[in-house]
Amino acid sequence: MASKVIHAFYDDDDVLMHAVKKVKAAKHHIEEVYCPFPVHGLDKAMGLAPTRIAITSFLYGCVGLTVAVLMMNYIMIEDWPQDIGGKPSFSYIENMPAFVPIMFELTVFFAAHLMVITFYLRSRLWPFKEAENPDVRTTDDHFLMEIEIHDNEQELKDLLMQTGAVEINISEKNSH
Amino acid sequence: MYTFSNRLKIASIILMIVGALGIVGGFVMAPGSIEEAKEMVASHDDGHGASHAVEASHGGTTNEHAVAEGHGEEHDASHDQHLLDQLKNRPWAALYVAAFFFMMISLGVLAFYAIQRAAQAGWSPLLFRVMEGITAYLVPGGIIVFVILLLSVLDMNHLFIWMDADVVAHDALLQGKSGYLNPTFFLIRAAIFLAGWIGYREYSRKLSLAQDESDDNSNFKLNFRISAAFLVFYLISESIMSWDWIMSVEPHWFSTLFGWYIFASMFVSGITVIAMVTIYLKSKGLLPDVNDSHIHDLAKFMFGISVFWTYLWFSQFMLIWYSNIPEEVTYYVTRISDYKLPFFGMIAMNFLFPVLLLMNSDYKRISWFVVLTGIVILGGHYMDIFNAIMPSTVGDQWFIGIPEIGSVLFFAGLFIFWVFRALATAPLQPKRNPFIEESKHFHY
Repeated sequence: MASKVIHAFYDDDDVLMHAVKKVKAAKHHIEEVYCPFPVHGLDKAMGLAPTRIAITSFLYGCVGLTVAVLMMNYIMIEDWPQDIGGKPSFSYIENMPAFVPIMFELTVFFAAHLMVITFYLRSRLWPFKEAENPDVRTTDDHFLMEIEIHDNEQELKDLLMQTGAVEINISEKNSH
Repeated sequence: MYTFSNRLKIASIILMIVGALGIVGGFVMAPGSIEEAKEMVASHDDGHGASHAVEASHGGTTNEHAVAEGHGEEHDASHDQHLLDQLKNRPWAALYVAAFFFMMISLGVLAFYAIQRAAQAGWSPLLFRVMEGITAYLVPGGIIVFVILLLSVLDMNHLFIWMDADVVAHDALLQGKSGYLNPTFFLIRAAIFLAGWIGYREYSRKLSLAQDESDDNSNFKLNFRISAAFLVFYLISESIMSWDWIMSVEPHWFSTLFGWYIFASMFVSGITVIAMVTIYLKSKGLLPDVNDSHIHDLAKFMFGISVFWTYLWFSQFMLIWYSNIPEEVTYYVTRISDYKLPFFGMIAMNFLFPVLLLMNSDYKRISWFVVLTGIVILGGHYMDIFNAIMPSTVGDQWFIGIPEIGSVLFFAGLFIFWVFRALATAPLQPKRNPFIEESKHFHY
C-alpha cells in the first residue's frame, strides 16, 4: 500500500534533536529518522522502546558457555583422554582450569556473532540489499525526518519549517 | 559544606573501641609457650578428629619449613615450635591484613583520582572532593602499616621470616636475595613509597583547593602535570610495594604479575568506596549535582575492574597450576588444602556476584543495589588480602575470629572517622574546576 510521507531535512544534529522533541510534543508519529552518524539520545527523544539486544546477547553467551563445556568434555575427557603435563584427563572438573580460556572465548564468540546476526535480521539487512534511505544526502551531511501524512500536510509543513528544516519534500512510499 | 554528624562520629568511635578490644584480646589469647600452643590445638582438634594427621602431612608445604630443615633438630620439636610461631603470628597477621586493606582502599582511590586528573576527565570533577576525603586516610593508614613493618623488622613478630638472620643463615635462596630483601633496604623503600604517595596527595589537594579561589587555571594545569608524573611513580612503587609487603611473606615464591594483581584489588576496592561514600553523601542531600549517570559510571568501573581482577587472578593461577613446578605450585597447594572456603569463596564474591548483579545497565543506577554489591566486593577483597598473607604466616591455624574481626572493626572505624572528618574540611563541590559544568551535565 502506498502512502504519502513528508521528508524534512536538517543539517545539524542539535537542530534535529530539538525538532524531534517539538514534533513529539505536537503528538505526531515520527516514522523514521535517517542520520549519517548515530545521534546520542535520539532513540529516547523519538520514544522508541529500549532495545532488548542485551538480553539476547546474555542468552547467546550462556549458549556459548554450554557449547564450550559440552564440547571440551566430549573431546578431551570422553572421546580421547590424554595425559597432558602429568594431568590425566579423567574428570572435567579437575581439568577445568585448562578449559577456562575456551569457555571464555566461545562465550564471547557466540554472544558477539549471534548478537550481530540478530541485529541484522531484526533490521532486515542482508548482503546486497538495496538501501532504504530515501535520499543519498543522509549518508553525507544531512539528517532526514520522515512523518506519515494523514490529511494534515499543511499543518506538518508549517510545524517542520518552524523547527529549522532546510528542505521539505512530499513523496509516495511503499510500506513493507 | 558537610559537617561530620555526631551519630556517625560516635559510631566510628564505638567501632574503634570495640575493634581495639578485639585486637588486644587477640594478643592476650595468643599462646606464650609451646605447651600452651599444643594444648590449644589439641582442645581445638577434639571436634574434628583426624585433622592433625592431615596437618602433619602437609605441614612442610608452607615456606617456613626452611626453619625445620636448617636446624636439623628432631622433627617433632621443630614442628611444635612452628606451631607456636603460627599461633603467635595470628593476631599480628590479623592486624596487618586489616591495616593493609584499609590503606589499600585509599591508595586505590588515589590512583583513580590521579588518572582522572591526568586524563582531564570531564565527568568526575564533582566527585573530586569525595576522592580527596578518602585519600586523606593514606596518612594515618600508611603510617600504621609502616609501624607494623617496623615492628616486624624489630623482631616483634614472625610475619616476614626473611627478616630473621637465623633463618637466612640456613637458607641459600634467601641469602641470594638478601641484597634486595634485607631489613634496612626494605624500610627505606617503604619510607620512599609512603612519602611519595602522601606527598602527592597533600600537594594535589592543596592545588585543588587553591583552584577554587584563584582567577586563572594555573593550579589546575599544575595538578594535571604532577598527576601524570605521579602515575609513573605510582605504578613502579605500587608494584614493588606488593612484592615487599605481601609477596615477601612467602620469600621463596614469586609471581611476575603480582603487582598488577594487587593493583586490581586496590583499584576496585577504592572505586567501590568512592561509590558508597558518594551515595551516602547524596542521600543526605549534600551532592545535589551528582546524578544517576555518575553512579552508573562508578558501577561500570566496579563491574569492569572486578572482571579485570578475575582475569589477573586466573592468569596467575592457571600458569602455575598447569606447569606444576614444585616451588611455584606450593603457593596454591597450601591455599587449596587449608583455605578452601576463603580461597574459592573469594572468587564467588569478587567475580560471580559483581558480574551477575551489575551486568544489567539499569541496576547500576539503583543506589541500594550498588551499595549491596559494594559490600560483597569489599568483603571479597578483604579475603583476597587475607588469602595472600595468612597461609604463609599462620598456616592452617587460621580462623575468622576475635583478632580478625576486631582488626577490621578498628580500622573501619578509623577509616570512617578520618575520611568524614576530612570531607568536612572543604566544600563538597569544587567551584572553579574548568570541567565542573561538563560534570554537572554529565549524561550517559
